[in-house]
Amino acid sequence: MSTQPLRELLERAFPDATELDVVDRTGGGDHFQVIVTAPSLAGLSLVEQHRRVYEALSAPLGDGTIHELRIKTKGAS
Amino acid sequence: MSYTDKIKDVIEGSDVALFMKGTPSFVMCGNSDRALQALRRAGAPVTAVDILPDPQIRQELASISGWPTIPQVFVKGELVGGADIVEELEQSGELAATLRDKLGDDYAAARDETTVTLG
Repeated sequence: MSTQPLRELLERAFPDATELDVVDRTGGGDHFQVIVTAPSLAGLSLVEQHRRVYEALSAPLGDGTIHELRIKTKGAS
Repeated sequence: MSYTDKIKDVIEGSDVALFMKGTPSFVMCGNSDRALQALRRAGAPVTAVDILPDPQIRQELASISGWPTIPQVFVKGELVGGADIVEELEQSGELAATLRDKLGDDYAAARDETTVTLG
C-alpha cells in the first residue's frame, strides 16, 4: 500500500492536524512511520494519543496491510 | 483453553510486565527489542511473556488491554504503551520517574528479569 490512503484516513481522523506525515520506512508498503501533531490530542496521555491513531487506521491494521507501525504524536500545535 | 486469567495475573501481579515476541534472551522482533532495551536502560525489573507460542495469547491480550500491537508494557497493572511510547518516555526520563513513583526509589536494585511461559 502507498502512503496516500493512510494519509487520507489520518486527515479524516485529525482534521485539525498541524503536522501529519506518513513514511514508508522500508519501501515495501507495509512498514510505516506516522507522525501526527494536533490540538485535539492535547491533554491526552501518550497511550490515548496512540489509541486515536490505531482507531483511525483500524482497517489497514486489521486486514494485515500494515505489518508494522511506528507512531509519534504530539498534543500541541 | 483460555489464557485470559493467566494474562491478567501477570499484568496485575508484576511490577513491570512486557508482552513480547520471543524472550529477553531470544528476541524475535525489532519492536519488542526496542521496548526491552528501553526498560533495561531504565533499570526496570521486567517480567517478560512470550506471546508467540499460541496466536490466541495475542488475541486475548488485545481484548484485555485494548491495544492492537506487540510489544505491550504495563507498570503495576497499568498500560504504559508499546515500543514507541516506552522509548520516548525512557529518553525523556519519564519512564524512570514513573518507575520510582510506582515501585519506590530502589526499584532498580533487584535488576531481575523473569520470563513467564503461558500454557
